[in-house]
Amino acid sequence: MGDKRMKDSRRNFIKRTAALAGTILATSALKPFSAVIFATGKPEDPSKPWYGIGIDIEKCIGCGMCAKACKLENDISQEPFYFRSWVEQYTIRTDGTIKVESPNGGIDGFTQSVPDEEIYKTFFVPKMCNHCAKSPCTQVCPVGATYESPEGIALVDEKYCMGCSYCVQACPYGCRYLHPETKTADKCTLCYHRITKGLQPACMEVCPTHARIYGDLNDTEGELYKFLKEHNCQILKPHLNTGSKLFYNGLSSEVR
Amino acid sequence: MPVQLKTLLPLFALFILLFLIARHFLIPESFGKYGHYRADSMDEIAVLPIHYAGKSVCIECHDTEAEMLESDQHAGLSCEICHGPNAKHADDYDVKEFLVKDGSRIFCGRCHAVNAARKLENVIQVDVVEHHPEKENCTDCHNPHAVWEIKE
Amino acid sequence: MEHLYDILNQVDGYIYPNEIALQWGILIVLYPYITGLVAGAFILASLERVFKVKVLRPTYHLALLTALAFLLVAGLPLISHLGHPLRAYEILMTPHFSSAMAIFGFVYLWYLMAVLLLEIWFDYRRDLVIWSQQSTGIKRRIYKILTLGVTDISPKALEWDEKLGYIITVIGVPSAFLLHGYVGFIFGSIKANPWWSTVMMPVIFLLSAMVSGIALVMFMYMVISRIRKVKIDMACLDEIGKFLFLVLILDFTLESLDQVHRIYEAEESFEILHLLVTGKLTYTLLIFQGLMGTVIPLLILGFFRISLPEEKVRKPLYFLASSLVLFGVFFMRWNVVIGGQLFSKSFLGFTSFKLGMVGLEGFWMALFWMILPFMILSLLLWLLPPWKKQLG
Repeated sequence: MGDKRMKDSRRNFIKRTAALAGTILATSALKPFSAVIFATGKPEDPSKPWYGIGIDIEKCIGCGMCAKACKLENDISQEPFYFRSWVEQYTIRTDGTIKVESPNGGIDGFTQSVPDEEIYKTFFVPKMCNHCAKSPCTQVCPVGATYESPEGIALVDEKYCMGCSYCVQACPYGCRYLHPETKTADKCTLCYHRITKGLQPACMEVCPTHARIYGDLNDTEGELYKFLKEHNCQILKPHLNTGSKLFYNGLSSEVR
Repeated sequence: MPVQLKTLLPLFALFILLFLIARHFLIPESFGKYGHYRADSMDEIAVLPIHYAGKSVCIECHDTEAEMLESDQHAGLSCEICHGPNAKHADDYDVKEFLVKDGSRIFCGRCHAVNAARKLENVIQVDVVEHHPEKENCTDCHNPHAVWEIKE
Repeated sequence: MEHLYDILNQVDGYIYPNEIALQWGILIVLYPYITGLVAGAFILASLERVFKVKVLRPTYHLALLTALAFLLVAGLPLISHLGHPLRAYEILMTPHFSSAMAIFGFVYLWYLMAVLLLEIWFDYRRDLVIWSQQSTGIKRRIYKILTLGVTDISPKALEWDEKLGYIITVIGVPSAFLLHGYVGFIFGSIKANPWWSTVMMPVIFLLSAMVSGIALVMFMYMVISRIRKVKIDMACLDEIGKFLFLVLILDFTLESLDQVHRIYEAEESFEILHLLVTGKLTYTLLIFQGLMGTVIPLLILGFFRISLPEEKVRKPLYFLASSLVLFGVFFMRWNVVIGGQLFSKSFLGFTSFKLGMVGLEGFWMALFWMILPFMILSLLLWLLPPWKKQLG
């Protein structure tokens, strides 16, 4: 399918499916087909920043510093039940079975638990909120206590949330929990309090291999835009059409 | 009009009126400014305190270490990866309670212990148990700011 | 926090770290259960009035009062499970209409204020006026207030009661369908959860609601007749049994269809759901809900369609069938609510759930919420005894 040509096209990976579908439909003499409905979605105002995240699985070494920093930066309970960000290690054994582990969310680091000779392949997958453009979690909030900010960040209003947990049920990625002290829904804010001050989110600040970046999807000169162009990225659970804005390079098909 | 409705309709009207009045007073002021949420909550999240100061703040004072760091393998690492969140220390030099100085095999092993999932091109790995067992800590030999300057 | 550590040690396979604690416990099991009883009891009442099944007359008012008693309680477990119960009013102030949950407050109020209370009021208005003249003391005062000052019991006014009450009942039937179909949609619309996300969910919820509501009225009618030491109207009981049989078949068929469809399509989530059904839900789904709550009552009620044994045999079997159905539908709710949270959305493992005894989410509290509607019903029956109503 002319891989090279595709790579050259703008924001190719998001639009690849759409472009293909568009061609088919256009040749069937229907009205011109908008690719946007298959893509992540569009911000209301393209002149303002609209954030997405890129994670390079090839680079992640599973040190777990991101998960640790997330808890420290955001004053999250140290109990092992509440994570805005965590790391998973996937190990596919030679017998075909999969082992996934995330001991304490990876906060204390990883120790290889399957001996080398039994491993077919293994890799780390850092997880965090996907800041979906068509987020199922903000969709189901009955009172408007969680929402997508104009910058495309899914946030929770802890003074308004009534703690019904419906959003926790609705997130396909397990990125939400009910905060044990405030009794409200809680989740990754992409360190909103940091990025509004020009700082990196804590997980990205401490990543030693620069495996994670965030950036403005509207900025054609930006780092994320470049990352998406240079890598064949994939999102998690694309069939759910969440419009996830967390793009993984090197995502293996075993990852859920 | 039947007598029943003469009583019920005003009752329901009153009920709806009371609801509308309550609604007027109970909806937060900034609700609906940008969308179906309280716009002020974004500002409340934005002003939360930061704990990680960021490398650019650290190197304003610790220029010697920064220079050394850039000269060797650990160039590009942020200070707070190893030293922990120190925005408080950046505000007040004497606050050092969150300052981590850990050169142990376990701590360095978070990145450098052998793990099949770690790609060699990303990080150098050693067997943290077998590697020079005569020394206790990694920092007994390695200077973390310039790892290949081996101490004797 | 202690119990979360216990659960952490019982995790099978891999689950996302935030999935260890179940978000929705026994209180959310009770919510669709109780709402279902309301909708079902109301639909049974409407059979008499709208669909003219006159033989059900003896249970008409009982069904309405049962529906009211349960509806008054329906929202309470829901509110008490919230992290911030005092913020529950927000759902009426700023309902977010893209949420399936947002209009619950309005649906609930509509059903309570515009349907049930009104229908009962029109039904009882004449009796309230008469009773307020006959009784004394506190009862007299309560009846007076309940008439809302409308004391006209001329034939013309009574005709209006009948006419308006009828209109309300007609509106009430789709409202009851809305109330419970809607509760099903709250679960059925969560695409993240394959155990819930099925277009059948509202239909299944509605039918199981009708099943449970009809069984409850049957159960209550038998219990109350026993307490009042009056003879049970067997024609009425047989008719209820007939409808229960019919709706139970529909319910069973659709729930089976849902499962067969799931098995045949065998999507991504199939393996984990298969493990769920054959593992964690073996007892509650296959034995409690399937065998005891559905198959046995179906056999009993179906047998009565073939040959009707004598009254002495029928009565205890009706009692058994209705109790089993009530038991089974409770576990249907359990299997949906709890079952849907036991497996990880990573489809790679399970967490576990243990019902504690004490606390707001514990067994005793759940039992209290289950007993409360029966207490309210006794109060309603004392205040508005259907058997003391004037004929006509």
